Amino acid sequence: MTQALATTEPQVSSARLSSWKLLFNNRLAAGGLVVLVAICLLAALAPLLPIPNPDATFPANRLQPILSEGHLLGTDHLGRDILSRLIWGTQVSIAVGLSATAIAALVGSLIGLVSGYARGVTDNVLMRGIDMLMAFPYILLALAIVAVLGPGLLNALYAIAIVNIPFFARNVRGITIGLANREFVDAARLSGKSHAAILFTEVLPNVLPVIVITMSTTVGWMILETAGLSFLGLGAQPPQSDLGSMLGEGRRLLFNAPHVSIIPGLMIFALVMSINLLGDGVRDVLDPRLRAGDLTRPLAVTRIRRKPVPAPTPAGDAAAILEVRDLETSFQRGRATVPAIRDISFSLDKGECLGLIGESGSGKSVTALSLLGLVASPPGIITGGTVKIEGEDVLALPEGRIRALRGAKVAYVFQDPLTTLHPLYRVGEQIAEAITTHQPVGKAEARRRALALMEQVGIRDAAARIDAYPHEMSGGQRQRIGIAMALANDPDIIIADEPTTALDVTVQARILDLLQDLRKERGLALLLITHDFGVVAQVCDRVAVMKDGEIVEAGATAEVLRHPRHDYTKKLIACVPELGQGAGFLDRVRPLFAGGRP
Amino acid sequence: MTSAITVTDLVKTFGGKRTLFGGTSHAVHAVKGVSFELRQNETLAIVGESGSGKSTIARMLVGLETPTSGSIAIGGQSYDQLRAEGSRKFGQMIQYVFQDPVASLNPRKTIDRILDVPLRLLRGYDAATRARRKRDLLDAVQMPKDTLERYPHEFSGGQAQRIAIARALAAEARILVLDEPVSALDVSVQAQVLLLLDDLKRQFDLSYLFISHDLAVVESVSDRVGVMYLGEMVELGRASDLFANPRHAYTRDLISSAPTLAPAHP
Repeated sequence: MTQALATTEPQVSSARLSSWKLLFNNRLAAGGLVVLVAICLLAALAPLLPIPNPDATFPANRLQPILSEGHLLGTDHLGRDILSRLIWGTQVSIAVGLSATAIAALVGSLIGLVSGYARGVTDNVLMRGIDMLMAFPYILLALAIVAVLGPGLLNALYAIAIVNIPFFARNVRGITIGLANREFVDAARLSGKSHAAILFTEVLPNVLPVIVITMSTTVGWMILETAGLSFLGLGAQPPQSDLGSMLGEGRRLLFNAPHVSIIPGLMIFALVMSINLLGDGVRDVLDPRLRAGDLTRPLAVTRIRRKPVPAPTPAGDAAAILEVRDLETSFQRGRATVPAIRDISFSLDKGECLGLIGESGSGKSVTALSLLGLVASPPGIITGGTVKIEGEDVLALPEGRIRALRGAKVAYVFQDPLTTLHPLYRVGEQIAEAITTHQPVGKAEARRRALALMEQVGIRDAAARIDAYPHEMSGGQRQRIGIAMALANDPDIIIADEPTTALDVTVQARILDLLQDLRKERGLALLLITHDFGVVAQVCDRVAVMKDGEIVEAGATAEVLRHPRHDYTKKLIACVPELGQGAGFLDRVRPLFAGGRP
Repeated sequence: MTSAITVTDLVKTFGGKRTLFGGTSHAVHAVKGVSFELRQNETLAIVGESGSGKSTIARMLVGLETPTSGSIAIGGQSYDQLRAEGSRKFGQMIQYVFQDPVASLNPRKTIDRILDVPLRLLRGYDAATRARRKRDLLDAVQMPKDTLERYPHEFSGGQAQRIAIARALAAEARILVLDEPVSALDVSVQAQVLLLLDDLKRQFDLSYLFISHDLAVVESVSDRVGVMYLGEMVELGRASDLFANPRHAYTRDLISSAPTLAPAHP
């Protein structure tokens, strides 16, 4: 573990590097950034550029076309230089847009933070106020505010800021509510921090990315709205130039001098477009979910790229229903592929139970998911080995046939049925759906079978419970439904991934009994993945111990438990406290860790 | 032996309040009249299923929830008296270790800043003393010195739990409420953290209220055990007696359900 600590430093810097890299990988966002930087530079350098005074009128020179002498972009109806007005106007528009965003972000985030953290009456009052702001049509409210305050650029800025406050307040409140219930907030309170200190030093840093993302996506809007108000004559007042007011003044000349209105229009387009593209890019980079690729749609079957496609080996064990040989699954990390499991070989006979045991990160779940190509891909790739089900290499099959195997021949039972059951469908429907996916039966017949399955997995009063929703059931009952779904198509193999870890011990004992009975009745082969030696001892015939992606020891359960050969297995078994040992347990494990640091 | 915590007829009901339109919301009776005492230098374990009210008791003891009725005395002082003196006084008397160590550390703060808070706010030490105390604390929980500059996500579950324990120790409270401190950890890490807790208890003269659902873990660390069932404490006694002669049907069920390493079938 100390080794792992020593290597974390370069990872941090590479993560930071990759933020920029990720942004530049997104061509649109990179383009947006370049355009935006160019526009901002131009606007910021306005006082230094050799351009005429934007407000100097020269009626004799009015409505010069583009590329005329001394006026690159021509002049407007008062003979003012359009290029100069454009650059100065862009400066004003950007400044107003940014300030409005800053004000809206500051006030909105503050309201969101306070109401999300305080909850109760404060939350109610603040949020109903926000609701009232939102109840008015957007632009109408801005118009009303300007009407009250009077036209002018500063008042337009206030109006736009006020109109956008709800946007920030609601977003930030949602995140804050989630954070306020987190344990680190409780921990800070127990460390003696006051509520204000917790809000601003514990919660705020975690909300900040969301505020930045929201700002980056709203600033374009704000510029557009400023331009809108100025266009209506409520923002910038003559002679001050502003993209919106330039557009408004040019509107009347649209037919005889279209360039007067089209040029500021194009500038608004370029500005808002570049900001929005960049904003989307920034959001994608900062959002951890998008970054981890969670929202990219995984392939139906894990990508298979076996280096040497293994030669068809002669059928080894005839009785084996599942035979895994030299399985290797890797994950893509940047350009490199890092193997998560290596040289995994085991076999499972009909009616047998094999336990796959290991600590977190040992690769036991990846092994289970690899068998039917269920590892999310990207980033997972199966890079070697064979998985034979009844003598047939699954990984060589076409995608459709692999999908047909899932649920029919091989079924999975997962750790937390609350996350695998659909919350909006009744449990009976979900079991029936599992049946109809693989078998051509009618609705009534599927329901009848679902009921029979529920009775079989020991749900009391199944006829009444068939129309229950998952949240109406206890954890143990939900796991029984999960098992019923696994049994729906009479599979030969059940792969149970930590099926009892989320359950109380008394419930765990009953679920394990159920699995044991089903195995005997139906001759099921069971691959049980767990971290608990107690569970293995109770149900498994054989056990394979995994460590760092490899099987370090395998054998009959009783044999491994009594005479573990590998040091790691010995240590694991010694660390399991058992009832009846009392305080002797600590004395027994003390020498195992003597002198060693974690 | 004097008592560290005395709890009498503690009740906590969630909901059940009058709503805006005159109805009453659904009431959940999480804790129904529980009494027990944690003695000085003792480890009292509370076991029970999820939803039995054991975590609610723990959260009330450290002031994260307010009891509906009943009385609590901590270190001889009454709960209301302590509350009146402010959360600071509370934190100096009793500290809490959370189940999920990673979630209990703010992901955006270095360990240095996390450990700094209780030392500054609860003990009022100056910067030099704080730096020295931080090194001592990391030493006590057997973590390397460079831990301070790192962020929580750089640590494994077991290491994060050591850091969380260090933070609880920083307040120099003599009573620790440990809410499922090892449930989220792998067995070998679990054994190490249990050993650490055992060492610290002797070193700093601590009293533990140890909340867990794992009977075998409880038996190995506790002096006395209380069994919670549906918000009530159905049985309380010396660990050795309770596991040898469980009186309540639920306790017997718990004990028979506990997995053992003896293979069920030959």
